[in-house]
Amino acid sequence: MFNDFVAPSLYPAAPEIFLLTMACVILLLDLGVKSPRRTLTFVLTQLTLLGCAAITLATSNVEVVYTFSNMFVDDMLADFLKLLVYLTVSVVLFYSREYIQARQDVPKGEYFVLALLATLGMMVMISANHFLTLYLGLEMMSLCLYAMVALRRSSAVCTEAAMKYFILGALASGLLLYGMSMIYGATGSLEITAVAERLYTHTVDDKVLVFGIVFLVAGLAFKLGVVPFHMWVPDVYHGAPTSVTLFIGAAPKLAAFAIVMRLLVNGLITQAEDWQSMLIILSVLSMAIGNLVAIAQTNIKRMLAYSAISHMGFMLLGIVTGVVGGDARFALNAYSSALFYVVTYVLTTTAAFGLIMLFSKAGFESDELEDFKGLNKRSPWFAAMMMFVMLSMAGIPFFVGFFAKFSVLQAVVAAGYYWLAVVAVVLSLIGAFYYLRVVKFMYFDEPKHVEPIEGPTSLKVVLSVNGVAVGLLGLFPQMLMSLCAYTLLRSL
Amino acid sequence: MSYPLLSLAIWIPIFAGLLVLATGSDRNAPMARVIALAGAVFGLLVTIPLYTGFDTSTSAMQFVELAPWIPRFNINYHLGVDGISMLFVILNSFITVLVVLAGWQVVEQKVAQYNAAFLIMSGLLNGIFCALDGVLFYVFFEASLIPLYLIIGVWGGPNRVYAAIKFFLYTLLGSLLFLVSLLYLFIQSGGSFAILDWHQLPLELNSQIWIFLAFLIAFGVKVPMFPVHTWLPDAHVEAPTGGSVVLAAIGLKLGAYGFLRFSLPIAPDAAQELSGLMIALSLIAVVYIGFVALIQADMKKLVAYSSISHMGFVTLGFFMFSAMGIEGALVQMISHGFVSGAMFLCIGVLYDRMHTRQIADYGGVVNTMPKFAALFMLFAMANAGLPATSGFVGEFMVILAAVDFNFWVAFAAASTMILGAAYTLWMYKRVIFGEIANDHVRELTDINTREFFILFVLALCVLGMGLYPQPFTEVMHASVNDLLRHVAITKIQ
Repeated sequence: MFNDFVAPSLYPAAPEIFLLTMACVILLLDLGVKSPRRTLTFVLTQLTLLGCAAITLATSNVEVVYTFSNMFVDDMLADFLKLLVYLTVSVVLFYSREYIQARQDVPKGEYFVLALLATLGMMVMISANHFLTLYLGLEMMSLCLYAMVALRRSSAVCTEAAMKYFILGALASGLLLYGMSMIYGATGSLEITAVAERLYTHTVDDKVLVFGIVFLVAGLAFKLGVVPFHMWVPDVYHGAPTSVTLFIGAAPKLAAFAIVMRLLVNGLITQAEDWQSMLIILSVLSMAIGNLVAIAQTNIKRMLAYSAISHMGFMLLGIVTGVVGGDARFALNAYSSALFYVVTYVLTTTAAFGLIMLFSKAGFESDELEDFKGLNKRSPWFAAMMMFVMLSMAGIPFFVGFFAKFSVLQAVVAAGYYWLAVVAVVLSLIGAFYYLRVVKFMYFDEPKHVEPIEGPTSLKVVLSVNGVAVGLLGLFPQMLMSLCAYTLLRSL
Repeated sequence: MSYPLLSLAIWIPIFAGLLVLATGSDRNAPMARVIALAGAVFGLLVTIPLYTGFDTSTSAMQFVELAPWIPRFNINYHLGVDGISMLFVILNSFITVLVVLAGWQVVEQKVAQYNAAFLIMSGLLNGIFCALDGVLFYVFFEASLIPLYLIIGVWGGPNRVYAAIKFFLYTLLGSLLFLVSLLYLFIQSGGSFAILDWHQLPLELNSQIWIFLAFLIAFGVKVPMFPVHTWLPDAHVEAPTGGSVVLAAIGLKLGAYGFLRFSLPIAPDAAQELSGLMIALSLIAVVYIGFVALIQADMKKLVAYSSISHMGFVTLGFFMFSAMGIEGALVQMISHGFVSGAMFLCIGVLYDRMHTRQIADYGGVVNTMPKFAALFMLFAMANAGLPATSGFVGEFMVILAAVDFNFWVAFAAASTMILGAAYTLWMYKRVIFGEIANDHVRELTDINTREFFILFVLALCVLGMGLYPQPFTEVMHASVNDLLRHVAITKIQ
């Protein structure tokens, strides 16, 4: 019996192992740190992420490597997304530091540890090649996120948001798990690549399979936050402390993209026609409802939540155009446009919430749209940064959001879905209104508060780099675009 | 020709604008103004070799620059001008200098941002006229909305927010559908965004018509054509003087230019097919909007409607497919750039003193501002299309082309001679002549040297172009004839 046992190669999972070890170490060390600044914890967290990046780069390999009996995969897509996750989490924690420090009721040390463990969950999701691994990673990330939303125990709004998030999240996980079990029933395997192989070589019971796909897509839609499974998004974005909103709104989108790719593209590409038609409906509904309802919001976090819904809908357009009439020659183009869209969205949204946190102070959240009135008078530079972010989200050139929309639309038109392209642009026109309204508040109105914007220089520098990147990547998008295409070329 | 003149024409104003922004708060306003003026003048100087070095014998693109920009989608930084676009680059750079001067003493709030917005917009507008790559064109086309949105919204009148957002969304609607058709052409042409490649691309009539309609929405909004013109009066009324000048002189030309660069050569069969519709819409603009202009009580609104009416003339000239018509339309575009710019500047001069644009608040201004009244007279005459002014040349050429085309079209078009004279001169009479209306008018001071200089330069342009239009038309011939030859060949295979 034991003769069959082959010790799995730990190399592909080295970043995960390192991160887990460090998270435990930091948790212990933090017991001894008393100052609310938590300098040691913060620095160690950042160093951990840096270390992970170094390990990921060092073990990076253009080949696809499987380990743990094919449960875990390390390919270019995984490396690329993981590196982006480290970067995003690192920047997010950088932005959050001042914010949580200024708020008495947020536990400081736990914040960093939970963030690291959530990162670990995302990494496992990204590298999953097995339904169970994927589920494990997803739950690990989600549980940490529930806890982070509830960090301000004394705040009723936060607790409510956390409850909602937890219940709906658990329901979504249940749906996903149920879908997985159906697919297991149809194909007899839980391993994603094996499922794909089985579907390719055998005829399987279509009824069970499609039933499973429906649940799978519903579960994914919950996690992505697309209509009609979006109800948790505005409440959680609004209720959570802004730093946590940023955390939820940024890196997990990359992980969600990864599981969509793993489950639907790697596993179920033969059934593409089935899930594509479902995703088209979700996508159009998300763009419509997200953009329309965002207009009615007065709170910028809620507005950005609806904007996130519409952006995820737009991103899905890239995924639904991969296979046309059984022909997958557009797949690379389509999926890399979706990847590019997600990456730029994360970049932009990080800057958006980072700026909101910069404008807020102890006891003042600066999350109402009214709080942005006359920002140009108080800080022309950061008003310009916010304008970059808003225009980028609206898809106006020369900002990177334009090229994100451009590349996805290009994939849609290449696949021959002209009507879908027209629907998408008309709905993003509606979306442009509420982004412009933020610009209007900042530039056209008189300020309600007059004090200048203050914050540590380092925070201001990183925020500026982030904001300028939104503009510069719009001027020179080529590198990132080809990187996305290359990554997927090596991984599909 | 070793210098990349077109790149300089685009990027000098933009970098000057960023430099102006760097001067920061209003404490440094004088410095901001000087840098802005220097940037604008320098930007104008680099465009002069475009005219002097222009080869009038060819219709090919000149001063071409080509570099890869986004190779992943075969998007190039591809610039070049021909006889159709070259004059607009110069016109735009010229207007920018005047606009910076016009805001010299008037704008006192956020001076750096004001001047920077105009300079950056000027560079972006030059980019639109120079771009030979579909995406590059689109990027400039849409990015130029941002500065104007801010100009209207920050320095505009009481209802500025409504006007700014309406302006932005209206134009965005058109350009997003334009984007979809660009992508369609990209796929059809096998992966090229080069506008000149698209000119040669064979297309079915059906897809040509769809493309033409998408272009029509994009450019029709920008021109603006009836019935999508309603954003323009709002934008003009609320915009500060400089904003109105750029919008009228250059902004409206973008749509018309788009017809010549995109619609006609890419979808020639659809253009022929739908020319009846285009001519009808143009004539409605000329006649109906002319009547609308007649009853306006606000001077800026009146000139805004007169702009729509004049632009109707331009689109009319395009869709009769004759050299006379298109050249007349182009001359009309340049002339309208001078005249409407001057009209808005004149209204700005009055508004700076009286803070009202209502015609009823004025009367007898000639008694207190004689120099101004004389210059304003010239521009009013030009707006009405009086011979010996630039306004006459273009209108006359288009009407001549219309007579060849169809008598009744010519008849309707010629009514603009009467309507234009009616609304402009009647407005002029009520504002300038008559008894001194009130004490505010009695206390008016005549224009100062700066204002006189701006208006005088424009007056020279208006008269010069009216008396001797040859230098303007000779650069167009080759390109216009080539365009007509191209449109006459069907693309249906």
